[in-house]
Amino acid sequence: MKYITEYRNKNLSKKIADKTNDYLKDYKGKISLMEVCGTHTHSIFHSGIMSLLSDKIEHLSGPGCPVCVTPNEYIDTAIAYSRLPEVIITTFGDMIKVPGSSSSLEKEKANGAKVKIVYSPLESLEIARKNPGKKVVFLGVGFETTAPLVASTILRANEEKLKNFFVLSGHKLIPPAMQSLLESGEIKIDGFICPGHVSAIIGETPYQPIVDKYGIPSVIIGFEPIDLLEGIEMLVRQIVEKDKSKVENQYKRVVRREGNKKALSLMNKVFDIKDSPWRGLGLLPKSGLYIKKAYSEFDAEKKINVKVEKTKTHPQCICGQVLCGTKKPFECTLFSKICTPESPIGPCMVSSEGTCAAYYKFKKQ
Amino acid sequence: MKKTEIKNRKILLSHGSGGIAMSSLIKELMLDKFDNPILRLLTDSAVLKSTGEKNLCFTTDSYVVNPLFFPGGDIGTLAVNGTVNDLSVMGAKPLYISCSFILEEGLDWEILDKITTSMAKAARSARVQIVTGDTKVVEKGSADKAFINTSGVGILQKGLTLSKKKIKPGDKIIINGEIGSHGLAVMSKRENFKTNIKSDCAPLWELIESMLIVGGIKFMRDPTRGGVATVLCEIAEISGFGIKIDERKLPIHENVYSFSEILGLDPLYVANEGKVIAVTNKDKAAFILSKMKKHALGKEASIIGEITKENKGKVVLETIVGGERIVDRLVGDQLPRIC
Repeated sequence: MKYITEYRNKNLSKKIADKTNDYLKDYKGKISLMEVCGTHTHSIFHSGIMSLLSDKIEHLSGPGCPVCVTPNEYIDTAIAYSRLPEVIITTFGDMIKVPGSSSSLEKEKANGAKVKIVYSPLESLEIARKNPGKKVVFLGVGFETTAPLVASTILRANEEKLKNFFVLSGHKLIPPAMQSLLESGEIKIDGFICPGHVSAIIGETPYQPIVDKYGIPSVIIGFEPIDLLEGIEMLVRQIVEKDKSKVENQYKRVVRREGNKKALSLMNKVFDIKDSPWRGLGLLPKSGLYIKKAYSEFDAEKKINVKVEKTKTHPQCICGQVLCGTKKPFECTLFSKICTPESPIGPCMVSSEGTCAAYYKFKKQ
Repeated sequence: MKKTEIKNRKILLSHGSGGIAMSSLIKELMLDKFDNPILRLLTDSAVLKSTGEKNLCFTTDSYVVNPLFFPGGDIGTLAVNGTVNDLSVMGAKPLYISCSFILEEGLDWEILDKITTSMAKAARSARVQIVTGDTKVVEKGSADKAFINTSGVGILQKGLTLSKKKIKPGDKIIINGEIGSHGLAVMSKRENFKTNIKSDCAPLWELIESMLIVGGIKFMRDPTRGGVATVLCEIAEISGFGIKIDERKLPIHENVYSFSEILGLDPLYVANEGKVIAVTNKDKAAFILSKMKKHALGKEASIIGEITKENKGKVVLETIVGGERIVDRLVGDQLPRIC
């Protein structure tokens, strides 16, 4: 496997880290880099590259964990669906443990609800075909990376004229969230580690307006240790040299400037872009994907009526602030005491991409 | 525990995962009620004092793997080797095992025939006898095809005491080969992924016996559910010292490495069924390693790290790129029903 030797080379890692640290030798103060994507947070901890880099570099975790930014209302709706005897819920594994207002899908499953973990939304179609008397509801949670796949699943269901497959769409778009963080002005961000997978779909251009407006250096980075170190080096160089900020692409072997046109057209065919609620960030304009009218027969919200309980969140949970980078997990009074991956209070402790889970797993103090 | 805390709680899949959830279930509902000095030690097998020269070891395990047949083994080989290995890592020579079946109404005779045939074969190759058993059949839907429980008895080698109390800073940590293949083999069969990964399911006694002859072994565990990471965390906790592991020394096959990357799993937490982790005296480590490499199950043996004075109770991993991170216990399950 080339990526193991090429992108995980110890000597090369040290060389790049030293170069980055050199840039910062005479730099006064600290620089904050925000990794927008949860997989980056996980990779940074997992590879331990922080210990190679100057302590002048601070990492902020951003809103790029799909499970984490999904608001309680969505989870409660999914739980309400799971309680309907005619419904089979299909979902990616992370969603099972996320606590809603009073329950979780894991608990509902133990109570007899039919909740199935799938690795691809397409598996839901197979489940729907095999259970014609049931309604299969797929929990469509994720960013631009997942949405095209869900779109193509809906198109497939449409071709097959499946009558018992539905999607509860909670898909969200990354660039509006980045914009909202900067607009709030609550945190100091010196550079963005832009998400590699999302960028593979949307390309480089959607970041340009953000860079133009706020002047924050942004680099699209891959997920291997060498990718991260090289990308951080590119960011630090932009910050230290104080040139005009720009969008750079470290992950050229995967991300094309124009993105993946086919995936984008699938997305546009099935989804409308509308305002959407985010945990922690509130209602963000033009940040969510909703199923178009033409495909509304697959829209769970339109086709399956359900009564959803009144949403409540734990008063001490600060997931919202953690997602915006304004607070670190350690600053939460629940962190690692009451809220653990085993019995999570907030979603950031559930997903492997969640900031609290990453801090708990790799950095427990 | 107060009754009110038990009310409204349900058993979740994570309570059977071998991680934190399971420990707390055992602690809250079992340990106090069953309490006795032998159980309290919570070892892989119970050591029973005998009046003779040698003590007995006794262990039990249930097997609920889904699917029943997977590349490299089946529920039958697993049921024999799993119990044999629980005895072996205590330093006990496995002798006799029992075998209880819980079968679902409607199961094909042909399937049970295949299972019992492979159990017989596995018992022969592990040199144990299946000396007693039981069979129950439940209504269709009340169990999933076949579950097996095996218990085993072995004789502890004379004068041998493996104990966490012997572990000291500087001791080496050795594993007998590549990690992660069992869990991924079962998983790929279950999910219909096409891979060439085979379970490592194998009886460990012969290998362990050859290691014990060298001397210097202080403690052993088999990294099954929860994988290598869970065993290392346990060793760090019970010894009261730290552990430093070198990621580059961990034997992981390329196919396991890439398959787990794709699925977002960490091979450190994936189950093995033919692996032993041994804590050994620093001076004897190289000799033990050379002995292991001579055995078919130890060809890829590797010294993966050592016990440290620093980082008490914690496992620190030096990553491939030279960074450091903490390896923590598994929470919940990466993969359910793999053994």
